[in-house]
Amino acid sequence: MNALRLVWIYPDLLSTYGDRGNVLVLERRARLRGLPVEIVEVNSDQRVPRDGHIYVMGGGEDLPQTLAARRLNADGGVHEAVGRGAVLFAVCAGYQMLGVEFGGADNTAVQGLGLLDMRSGRGERRAVGEIVADVDPALNVPRLTGFENHQGVTRLGPQAKPLSRTTVGIGNGDGTEGAYAGRVLGTYLHGPALVRNPGLADLLLFWAIGQLPPLHPEAEQLAHRLRDERLAAVTPSA
Amino acid sequence: MDNSYRTGGLGAGGRTRLPMRAKLATTVGGAAKTVSRLAGRDGSVIGGIVGLRLEPDLVSLLSQGRHIVLVTGTNGKTTTTRLIGAALTALGQEIASNVYGANMEAGLASALSSAPDAPLAVLETDEKYIPAMIKATRPRVVVLLNLSRDQMDRAAEIWLLARRWREALASAPGCRVVANADDPLVAWAAGAAREVTWVAAGQRWREDSWCCPHCGAHLHREGDDWSCRECSNRRPPVTWVLAGENVIDPSGRMSPIGLALPGRANRSNAVVAMAVAESFGVAPLAALQGLRQVTSVAGRYTQVQRNGCDVRLLLAKNPAGWLEALDVLEPPPAPVLLAVNAQGPDGRDTSWLWDVDYRRLRGRMVFVGGERKLDLAVRLEADEVAFQMVDSLDEAIGLSRAPHLEVLANYTAFQQYRAVVGRTE
Repeated sequence: MNALRLVWIYPDLLSTYGDRGNVLVLERRARLRGLPVEIVEVNSDQRVPRDGHIYVMGGGEDLPQTLAARRLNADGGVHEAVGRGAVLFAVCAGYQMLGVEFGGADNTAVQGLGLLDMRSGRGERRAVGEIVADVDPALNVPRLTGFENHQGVTRLGPQAKPLSRTTVGIGNGDGTEGAYAGRVLGTYLHGPALVRNPGLADLLLFWAIGQLPPLHPEAEQLAHRLRDERLAAVTPSA
Repeated sequence: MDNSYRTGGLGAGGRTRLPMRAKLATTVGGAAKTVSRLAGRDGSVIGGIVGLRLEPDLVSLLSQGRHIVLVTGTNGKTTTTRLIGAALTALGQEIASNVYGANMEAGLASALSSAPDAPLAVLETDEKYIPAMIKATRPRVVVLLNLSRDQMDRAAEIWLLARRWREALASAPGCRVVANADDPLVAWAAGAAREVTWVAAGQRWREDSWCCPHCGAHLHREGDDWSCRECSNRRPPVTWVLAGENVIDPSGRMSPIGLALPGRANRSNAVVAMAVAESFGVAPLAALQGLRQVTSVAGRYTQVQRNGCDVRLLLAKNPAGWLEALDVLEPPPAPVLLAVNAQGPDGRDTSWLWDVDYRRLRGRMVFVGGERKLDLAVRLEADEVAFQMVDSLDEAIGLSRAPHLEVLANYTAFQQYRAVVGRTE
C-alpha cells in the first residue's frame, strides 16, 4: 500500500491532555513494521480529507466539544470516510460525540455524529482516576489500562457493543467501558490511551491494513513495563 | 502617576480596626505557624488554616485599608509575585507577600497576618480562587499572566476558568487589571474589566488558544497578533512590550531588561511586574533595578555544587512550563536530567507528557528520573530521544561525568531533589 494516512481531527478544539500520544503511537507502531506513514492534522476551519485510513479524535471541554460536533456534522467527511470502511478511534469527549447525542454545556442535549448507537448525558459525579477494563474477547486485545477524567454517563443501544468491562474505574457508568461497531471505536480512557495499550493500537492498524508483521520484542519492552507497572499499582492482586 | 497609596490613609490605623475575633485568629494562627516551623515544616499555610477556622472572613478583614495586588495564571505566579515585590521595593514600604507559593486562601491569610503593618500586599493566588479572592480583598491590581492546560485531574477546565475570571472582573469595578494581550484566553477574561493595562508579554505555548474564547471560531494568528474572523474579538492594543531581551515602556523607550533569572518566560514576567509597579508610581528604570536583584525564586534556578558537579534546578509543572524550561536549558553538551512524579500536587495523570515536544533533546545526554520515569521513558522513545534511566540525582551526576548538570523536574520531584541538595534559601 501507499503511506498509511492518519488523520487527526481538530487538534485546535479536541486536544486537551496528551491526545497527540495516540497519533504518535500509531505512527511508531506502523513505522516499526516498515510501513510509511503520513499524518494529516485537520483544524476546525479546514475540510476533513475523505481518503484517510485511520481517523483519531481527542478530548475537549464542553464548548469546544459542541463546536466540533456541529462542524463535523456540517463537513460530513468523517461520515463519508467511515462509510467506505475507514477506521475511527475517539477518546473521552470525542467518544461521546460519536453517539446520537451527548450532554453539552449546562447538560443540554447536543446532536452527535450518530456513528455509534449510544447516548451520553452528565452524571452526578466526575469520574477521575486510573481505569482498568477487560476487552470484549471477540477483539483479542489485552486488558485496558488508562486514566479517565469525565462526567459523562453513556448508554449503548443494540447496534453498539461495549468495548470492555471495568475492573477499576467508572467508564460508561454501568460496568461497561467504551463502545465499538464495525471499525468505529471509542473509549473513556482519555488522552494518550494507546500508549499503555499497544494491543488496542495494533487492532486499529489491523482494521486499517490487515495482517501485521510482529514487532521485535525489544521495541515494545518499555511500553510493556509501563503497562505492568500501572496495572500493578491499581490492581495489587493482579 | 497615581500616588494614592501614600495618601490612602494606610498604616497602623488599618490594623487596629481588626475586630477582636480576627485579632485572636491571627494570633492563634501565628502561634500555630511557630509550632509548625519548630516541627520542621514550612509553616507558611498552617497559621492561615487555623486562623480561617476561627474567622472565615479573615482574608477580607486583613485586606482592609491595604493596597492589594493579586497575581494569577497557570505559570509564573510565584516568580512574578517575587518580581513585583522587588520592583516595588523602590517605594520603601513594607510588603506582605506569600513568596513561597502558598496560594490558596490559607496562604493569603498567613501572608497578610504575618506582616500586619504592611500597607502593600502582593499575593500569588491560585487560578480557581481568584474570583473569591477578588471579592474578599478588593484588590487595587489583578495580574493575569497566562492560561493553559494544567493538572487536569483536579484543576478546572480552562475555558470555564476564563469565564469565571471574566465574570469576577466584570463585577470588580475599582480594580485595574494588568494582562497579557498575547494570550487570547487571558485577553478575553481581562476584557470585561473597566481598566486594563495590556502587556505584550508573548505566548510560547499556543495549543490551548487556537480558537476564539468568545465564539469558538478558529483564530487567525500571525506572529503575536491574533483576531477572530467570525466575531469582533481581537488582540487589544498594548502599552508595554517584551521585545526580545528588551522592554518597551509606555513612553516608547526601549531598555535592556538584564535579569539575573534566565529565560524568555521570566523576561515576560518582569515586563508585567514593571507595568504593575508603574501603577504604583514606580518609574521603569527604578523598577528594573529591583528586578535585577532577584537571583532565585523559592529554590528555582538555584545552582548548587554536588559531588564536583554544578547542578542547576529548574521547575516546570505542565506542558507550557516544560516548553519554556526546555528553552532555558544550557546548550549541549551539558547533560540533562528530566524527572516526573505524579503525586497529588503534580496531578496524578501523566498524559500531559505527550503534549511536550522533546525532539530537540535528540543527540544530547539525557537522564530520566522520578517516580514516573517509565512514563517519561516511553514518551522519549516515541520522540527518538536516547536516554538512561536513573534512580537518584547522584546516579545521574555520577554517570554524566560532566562539570554541569541541568535538572528539569515537576513539582514534587523538584522538592525531592531540593531536599537532597539542601535548601539554599
